[in-house]
Amino acid sequence: MGKVLGLMGNEAVAYAVKQSNVDVIAAYPITPQTIIVERLSEFVANGELDAAFVPVESEHSALSCCVGASLAGARVFTASASQGIALMFEITFIASSMRCPIVMAIVNRAFSAPINIHCSHDDTVALRDASWVHLISESVQEAYDNAIQAFKIAEDSRVLLPTSISLDGFILSHCLERIEVLDNKVVSDFLPPRKAEYKLDPEKPITFGPLALQDYYFEFKRQQEEAMRNALSVVKEVGKKYGEISGRTYGTVKKFMTDDADVVLVCMGTVAGTARVVARSLRKEGKKVGVLSIRLFRPFPAQDVVEALRNAKAVAVIDRSSAPGCIGGPLFEDICTALYDLPEKPLTYNIIAGLGGRDITPEHIKQIYNTGYKYIKEGKVLEKVLWVGVR
Amino acid sequence: MLKGWKEIPIGGMILEPGNSVNFKTGDWRAMKPVIDKNKCIKCLMCWTFCPEPAIIRHEDNSVDINYDFCKGCGICAKVCPRKAITMVPEGE
Amino acid sequence: MSYFKKLADLPREELLAPGHRLCAGCAASIIARLALKATRGPTIVVNATGCLEVATTIYPYTSWRVPWVHVAFENAASVASGIEAAFRIMEKKYGVKKPDIIVFGGDGGTFDIGLQALSGALEREHDFVYICYDNEAYMNTGIQRSSATPLGAWTTTSPAGKVVPGKLERKKDLIGIAVAHGVEYAATASPAYPLDLVNKVRKAIEVDGPAVLHIISPCPRGWRFDPSETIEVARLAVETRFFPIYEVERGQYKINIKVAKPKPVEEYLKKQGRFKHLFLPENKWLLERIKKVVEENWNRLLELAGEK
Repeated sequence: MGKVLGLMGNEAVAYAVKQSNVDVIAAYPITPQTIIVERLSEFVANGELDAAFVPVESEHSALSCCVGASLAGARVFTASASQGIALMFEITFIASSMRCPIVMAIVNRAFSAPINIHCSHDDTVALRDASWVHLISESVQEAYDNAIQAFKIAEDSRVLLPTSISLDGFILSHCLERIEVLDNKVVSDFLPPRKAEYKLDPEKPITFGPLALQDYYFEFKRQQEEAMRNALSVVKEVGKKYGEISGRTYGTVKKFMTDDADVVLVCMGTVAGTARVVARSLRKEGKKVGVLSIRLFRPFPAQDVVEALRNAKAVAVIDRSSAPGCIGGPLFEDICTALYDLPEKPLTYNIIAGLGGRDITPEHIKQIYNTGYKYIKEGKVLEKVLWVGVR
Repeated sequence: MLKGWKEIPIGGMILEPGNSVNFKTGDWRAMKPVIDKNKCIKCLMCWTFCPEPAIIRHEDNSVDINYDFCKGCGICAKVCPRKAITMVPEGE
Repeated sequence: MSYFKKLADLPREELLAPGHRLCAGCAASIIARLALKATRGPTIVVNATGCLEVATTIYPYTSWRVPWVHVAFENAASVASGIEAAFRIMEKKYGVKKPDIIVFGGDGGTFDIGLQALSGALEREHDFVYICYDNEAYMNTGIQRSSATPLGAWTTTSPAGKVVPGKLERKKDLIGIAVAHGVEYAATASPAYPLDLVNKVRKAIEVDGPAVLHIISPCPRGWRFDPSETIEVARLAVETRFFPIYEVERGQYKINIKVAKPKPVEEYLKKQGRFKHLFLPENKWLLERIKKVVEENWNRLLELAGEK
C-alpha cells in the first residue's frame, strides 16, 4: 500500500517517471535539473526502467527527439530549465501543434543574463503561449504526483498536448522531503501503456508536419484552442481519479482560508508554503488573510480563480518573474483579466519578488499583506507593481 | 468548399498517402513531350529521370506520358538515347 | 554488391506521388524518388524544412506514400534519432517492428543549421540513412548561400558584385565530417548516375547504424540553367571532377567513378548562369582559384583512396 521515502524534488520526479513506464527519455543536463536526468539514466542502465535513454547534444535536440519519439507512438519524457527551455523554445510550439503528449519537467531557474542558476519562474511563464498544459508543484510530494498525472492528462484523446510540471529550482529540486510513493502496480494500472491513435506506422502511412497556407493554418490553431479548453476538465478528472488511488485529490487551485479573507495572496510554487505560515500567524492577530496557490497555470482556471477571489477586498499577486514593459508580471495579467468582468472587483496589486533565487521571507509576506490593508483603507491601489526584496 | 476545424484531422496530419495525385500539375507546362513509340527501345531512361513522376512504366517496360502531371521540363527528351521524345508546344 | 544492375531492376512502385509543387526539372524529386526505390521494406521518412519538404506537403495534399514527418529546419537528425530510439525500445517492449529510417535534408538543413543535430545523431550511432540533397544554397527561401555553395558561385547573399565577385569561401566537406564521426558508410552520388545512386542508398540502408549520402542536386532556378538540362549538369559536375563520386567504408576511401580524362571545369561552369561572372576578365583570378581547388580536392581524394 505504497511506501514512504525521503526524496529530493528531482529524485521524486525521476522516480515517478520510472513508475510511469516511459519509453523514451531524451534530455540534456542543465543545473538544477541534472539529477533528474542522471537518476533516469541510472535506472535505465540498471534495468530498473525499460526505456531508451538518448543523451542528446542540446535541449533543442532533446525536444526534437521527443517529438519524433512521440509521433512514433512512444511515451516520452524530458526535463530542462532556464536557458535550456529558451533553446528548445522553437520546438515547444511545434510539439504542441503536432499534438505530441510529451511530459517535461521544468526545474524553474532564472533566464540569463547575468547567468543565474537559482529560482525564477521565467522558464515556465515563457511557455505560457506555447499551448502546453502547465502544472505547478509546491512540494516534492506534488512534484511526484504531478509527474504521474501529467502523462494521463497529456495522453488523453481530448487533450493530446505536451504537459509540463514545474518545480522551483534548488528550493524543491534539491530539497529532501518525506513523500509517499504509490505501488508500482497502482501506477501502472492508472497509466497503462500508451495507445497512440495516429502515429508513424508503415501499415498506415501518415504525413505529419505539412505546410499549411492561409487557407488552413487558422483551423489547426482553433483545434489546439479546443484541446486547451478540454484540458481544464481533464486535469480535474485526472486529479479526482488520482485522489482515489492515492488519497490526495488535485484540482486547479489550492485555497487556504480564502472564503472570508480581506486580503488574498495569489502565487505559484514554494512561496505558497511560506505564505500560509504567515497567513496563519496573521489570522491569530485577527487579520483575515488567505492564500490562493495556482496549480494549473495553463489552461488558466479563470472560473476557479474568480470563485476564490470574488469576495476579497484586496488581491496581491506574486510573480516570480518579471515582464518588463508590461503592467505587472504574467500571473498578475492573468488574474486581473479573470477578475475584470466582476461587477465589484477586489483591489489588485502585483509583487515582483524572488528573482534569481532571492529568498521570499515571512517578513516580505507580512509586508505584502499589510500593503493590502493599506490599500483597502485608502480605497485605492497606491502603487500597482511593487518590487519586494530588491535593494 | 474548404473544411472546418472540426472536420479535419488534428495537428495537420494528412491521412491519405499520396493524395497529391488530386492536384494536377499538368497545367504548368508550356511544352509537352511526345513519344515516338517506333523509336522507343524501352530503356527506361525517361522514366528513371522524370521528377514528378509523370511517366507511366508498363509491365513490358514500355512508357507513356501522364499528361495530368507533366510539367514540361524536357528532361525526358534530353536523356532519351534514341531521341524518341520530342517537346512540342502545348496545345499542338 | 549491386542490388540493382540495370534500370529495369528498379521497382515500378512510386513511393513519391506526382502532384507535388517542385519546380519543373528539379533534381531533388528525382533523388527522393530514386532513393525510395532502393528501400528494402517498411520505411519512415524524416524531412528537414526545405524545397523537398515544402513542395511535397502543401496541406491538404501529400506526395508521400510512406510515413513522413517534418518538424523543423535544423533538427531532422534529432527527430530521426527519437523515432529510431522509440522503435528500438517499442520493438523490445511491445514487439512493434522497427522500420528503416531515411532522412532527407537539403544543404541548408545539413551543412549549416542542421550540422549539430547531425553530429549528435552520428555520434550516438542511431540506425538511419541521412541523405543530403545538395542544391548548393538555401533554395527554398530564394537562393541564399550556404556553406555548401561552391567557391565563386553567385547567390543572393553572395552576389557577384563589383567589389566581391560571388562566394569567396570553399565548400564544406560533408563526407569528411561524417567520416570523422566514424560512420560505417558515407558516399557521394549524382542523379546522373542513377544505378550508382540507388545501390548506394540500399547499401546505406543495410548498414546497421548511421550512414550519410551527399547527393548533388542541380537546381534550374538557382543555378540558372534550362530545366531540361538537370541530368546533363549533374553529369558534367562529375565529368569535370567538380563533384567526385566516391564512397568511404569504415574510413577507407574508394573512388567509384574514376574520371581519367576530365572535361574542363569551364564546361561545367559555362552551363550555369550562377557562374557567368567568372568569365569576366577581372574575375579570371577567381576562375583559376576554382580550377585549382577542383584539382586539389581530386588529388586529395586520390591520396585518401590510396591511388596516388
